[in-house]
Amino acid sequence: MKPWRTHFLTSLLITGLCISSTHATEILGAGATFPYPLYSKMLSAYNMKTNIKVNYQSIGSGGGIRQLLNKTVDFGATDGFMSDQELKNSREAILHIPMSLGAVSIAYNLPGITKLKLTGAVIANIYLGQIKTWNDPQIQKINPRIKLPATQIVVAHRSDGSGTSAIFTDYLCKVSLPWQQKVGQGTSLNWPTGIGAKGNEGVAGILKLAPGSIGYIEIIYAKQNKMTYAEIQNKAGQFVSPSLETIAAASDIKIPADTRVSITDSKKGYPISGFTWIIVYKNQNYGNRKESQAQDLTNLLWWMTHDGQAYSAALDYVSLPKSVVAKAEILIKSISYNGVKVKK
Amino acid sequence: MSLKTIKNTQQKERLFQSLLSASGVIILVLVIGVFITLLIQSMPAIIAHKFDFFSHTTWDPVSGQYGGLSFLVGTLLTAFLALLISIPFSLSIAIVLGEYLTEGWIALILKTAIDLLAGIPSVIYGFWGLFVLAPWIRNLEIKLGVLPYGVGILTASLILALMIIPYAASLGREVIRLVPAELKEASLSLGATRYETVRKIILPYAKSGISAGFLLSLGRALSETMAVTMVIGNSNLLPTSIFSLGNTMASVLANEFSEANGSIYISSLLEIGLLLFVVTTIISLIGRRIIKKMSVHQ
Amino acid sequence: MKKSSLKIRHAKNYLFIGIIGLCSILLMIPLILIFYQLITLGGKSINLTFLTQIPKSPGESGGGIYNAIVGTTLLVALASLVSIPLGILTGVYISEYQNSRLSGAVRTCVDILQGTPSIVIGIIVYTWVVRPMSQFSAISGGVALGIMMLPVIIKTTEETLGLIPMSLKEASLALGVPYYKTILKVVIPTGFSGILTGILLSISRVAGETAPLLFTAFGNAFLTYSIFKPISAIPLLIFNYATSPYEEWHQLAWGASLLVVGMILLLNLVAKGVTKR
Repeated sequence: MKPWRTHFLTSLLITGLCISSTHATEILGAGATFPYPLYSKMLSAYNMKTNIKVNYQSIGSGGGIRQLLNKTVDFGATDGFMSDQELKNSREAILHIPMSLGAVSIAYNLPGITKLKLTGAVIANIYLGQIKTWNDPQIQKINPRIKLPATQIVVAHRSDGSGTSAIFTDYLCKVSLPWQQKVGQGTSLNWPTGIGAKGNEGVAGILKLAPGSIGYIEIIYAKQNKMTYAEIQNKAGQFVSPSLETIAAASDIKIPADTRVSITDSKKGYPISGFTWIIVYKNQNYGNRKESQAQDLTNLLWWMTHDGQAYSAALDYVSLPKSVVAKAEILIKSISYNGVKVKK
Repeated sequence: MSLKTIKNTQQKERLFQSLLSASGVIILVLVIGVFITLLIQSMPAIIAHKFDFFSHTTWDPVSGQYGGLSFLVGTLLTAFLALLISIPFSLSIAIVLGEYLTEGWIALILKTAIDLLAGIPSVIYGFWGLFVLAPWIRNLEIKLGVLPYGVGILTASLILALMIIPYAASLGREVIRLVPAELKEASLSLGATRYETVRKIILPYAKSGISAGFLLSLGRALSETMAVTMVIGNSNLLPTSIFSLGNTMASVLANEFSEANGSIYISSLLEIGLLLFVVTTIISLIGRRIIKKMSVHQ
Repeated sequence: MKKSSLKIRHAKNYLFIGIIGLCSILLMIPLILIFYQLITLGGKSINLTFLTQIPKSPGESGGGIYNAIVGTTLLVALASLVSIPLGILTGVYISEYQNSRLSGAVRTCVDILQGTPSIVIGIIVYTWVVRPMSQFSAISGGVALGIMMLPVIIKTTEETLGLIPMSLKEASLALGVPYYKTILKVVIPTGFSGILTGILLSISRVAGETAPLLFTAFGNAFLTYSIFKPISAIPLLIFNYATSPYEEWHQLAWGASLLVVGMILLLNLVAKGVTKR
């Protein structure tokens, strides 16, 4: 190798090292795809305000949990809260900070049909592979005025570990015994039928392309892509379409202090709704973390649960109710570094 | 030259030689390290499943059941289907470029085309497959009356076929060129047509080299990740037809590795990685051995 | 009788030419389609903004892929830093010590490495680098790409050195030039263009790789020059944006595809030019 090239490469390396030390305020988060558009908007605004770069990668809720446990990210994000067992398995305390509220819409691609009603049992049967065509009597019965086509149903689901799947299957378990017995609830599942796609984006992609398809996607993705989605019957027997109001209505229940709560199959509002959380370690003094990193992270969480909420409505997300923000404040204030509370 | 400089030189000499061997050892350690890492990491799964991992199709992270048969079948199905589709094309190009048009502008165009196909990154094949090929396949599926997913085993195989043609074609061309001119001339002068010469003389002579090309392109198809992940449909069920959705060993790793939680889950994924590594290793070793034998023959 | 059989034989001959010609032409169709779409769809989005700005939030138009361009450049540079010297040295080793048992084993390992699926390398680097560092980073991405570059560099170095006449080396050694100097000052410079070709080809092989970066470089929505932080790369960006539902991001992905294919073809062309010289 010629000397100049060695010099060039060495200096490149040194430059890289120098630059890296000047850009220390970078925070990495990864996880749920549902809040991705919101976080992306929030974080870009936060960057303009504070110059801190928060890199959020939407790899799925399962990934958010795994990478936090592996300590490769500063925070994880998930739509399905970690179970008691999972929390016990992680030796260090993990906090769930609620960030927003969302709903899983049941979107479909049936040209010409803009209004469709579905019940939990019917959705479960479609996803169990027992209802195969759109003009099945079970669907026709709840939609007497609509002429349903004989098209085969193309079932789409998530292929990655997903909080959207967790909310959706949590709902199905509550409304369908066969589903609970055969499939169960979780972020990654053994789907009895259907096509798997990565991320809300991937399922939305399939729904756009394939006529006769049905898929569960976060409401924001359905709205942004101008898709049609069904009205779902809630516990009170009403058929409800997901909207800012109906989702907020579903969250009007008693929330525990750690905010880990399922609000699916609710009496009021849209029955497939849920919180989305950012998960962090309660004690930030792990690995080689510096106190300033803990400080930056806490400030970010505080901003996202307060000023950041202003970006919700424009993107069709539901802002956190005041009572939940109060709970989030307590959680954020409990974050500590070396036993000392980070947020004063 | 003083004694000191000689000594100095000898030291440098030794240093250089040990540097050379050291770099060789690094490569050796690297490859063995890959194998051992995969083996150790997949141990919990191997112990938990005994040896029936690849005889089960259930892949259920909820109940903690992990069977890799669907992925094995998905991988073999797409790879062999792709090979089958690619053979007529790669063989034709190898014969055209190796025997008929060894020079001239048509040969140049063909050769460039092969180079271009080989140069396109896999993610772009996937992108193109998803946005251009999948809608065509969907229309075909609607006409045939099967579920119009668009993506699936067939789409993945077509994309793979396109990706592996350059490998078999360029190796085939090389070996066909190596067929001694005297043999061909002898055949032609005895009154055989060009076709008969190709079939009776050239192909038998170049047989082992051509099959090595196919073998290596098969290896490439087995290990391909991104393009397949984007167009195969990511279903963990056992594929039942070429229009089925599926998952290959590589695509399930791309989908689930970063988010698997639970030690057996991760370990099962690594067991898939281990098998993939072992299979591709065997294929490349056999392929290279054939090629080496040929070059010894020359 | 004889005449007709001759006719059949000739007919077969022409039929054969027809078939192989047709197959060769058929193959051009997807190739032309791919390039047509890359150029028409990708060409639209390539402009100054595309090359100098970072992506906007989803659903907002405009923005570019500057962060990914920087990322790919940095990743390739990091990969080259280790794999070029290591690759050349190993190449020299196996070409110089052809008969030692170790070099036979090394050669086999190079073959294995060449056939190793890129996703497996991604997983290995995640285990070896990302976990211990507790950080997705450009370094880990560079290591993954570097491992993928090695076999190409080693093989081309070995092949090139094999072509250098023995007499050249002998002449140098006979003049009393020490062995290491003979290799560094005579053999490698003579084979320089061949080795350079190998390096260029290996870069063009990894510049478009996505799978090894999924669990290592990880992606970054912002511009970063730090090698200790997650970083974007053009192929990673294509994968993420192609599978997104946003029209604006599809546009960026097409543009990025055209850019990366153009880059790879340019590298190949330069490599060819170097070989010819």
